[in-house]
Amino acid sequence: MMKNKMEIQFSALSQNESFARITVAAFIAQLDPTMDELTEIKTVVSEAVTNSIIHGYENDPNGVIYIAVILDGDTIELTIRDEGIGIDDVEEAKQPLFTTKPELERSGMGFTIMENFMDEIHVISHQGEGTIIRLKKHLARNKALCN
Amino acid sequence: MSLAIQMEAKNGVLLIRLNGELDHHTAEALRTQAENAIQKHQIKHIVLNLEELHFMDSSGLGVILGRYKQIQKNKGEMVICAISPAVKRLFEMSGLFKIVKVERSEKNALQRLGVA
Repeated sequence: MMKNKMEIQFSALSQNESFARITVAAFIAQLDPTMDELTEIKTVVSEAVTNSIIHGYENDPNGVIYIAVILDGDTIELTIRDEGIGIDDVEEAKQPLFTTKPELERSGMGFTIMENFMDEIHVISHQGEGTIIRLKKHLARNKALCN
Repeated sequence: MSLAIQMEAKNGVLLIRLNGELDHHTAEALRTQAENAIQKHQIKHIVLNLEELHFMDSSGLGVILGRYKQIQKNKGEMVICAISPAVKRLFEMSGLFKIVKVERSEKNALQRLGVA
């Protein structure tokens, strides 16, 4: 099956969080995901974009967030990238409830949710250069056709 | 997409109804409004009705946990009702069910706190 790709870029503004997750959801809708799968993808996009805004760009609205989505058969490949400050210690950041910004009432659950809702996660981060999060999810498709 | 926040204070109980999407963008308004209402009306307990909440992410967990901590100082309780399966999963993942109470309906939640 042919790969199908889309890319978007937008300002690191919190009002774009819903734009990002709805746009990605609209693109993957053509794979006919379940409602649960759609919610999982939207949540994951929201988590990654929020991280870029708050942590990557530290709320600097001049920052730009890049999202690429590739549909390859039943697999969704999602890449969310920023050119922000990067993550000091990725393993520490992935720990449930870990946050560098408790005063902002961050729950520290972003990476835990991404890990739970997706099949694969790779985080590439360099201080002063930015962060790339690559996520993969295999949809449990064609269940109805198998019956 | 945005979030409509409706609040009612009665006998030290703050009822919060959320309609829409709770993410980082909308969580800040909820935090400010709830924080102010808790102080202004000397709120002890909170009932959070999520029946019309169509999306939530970890920013929602953060603001809910924040209000729980705020009322916990006065031994207050937080009761959440009409929770969707998607939100339930986030609560389970974060361990929030260990500290908040869950009721099926707003009526049950208010009865539990003695203000129905």
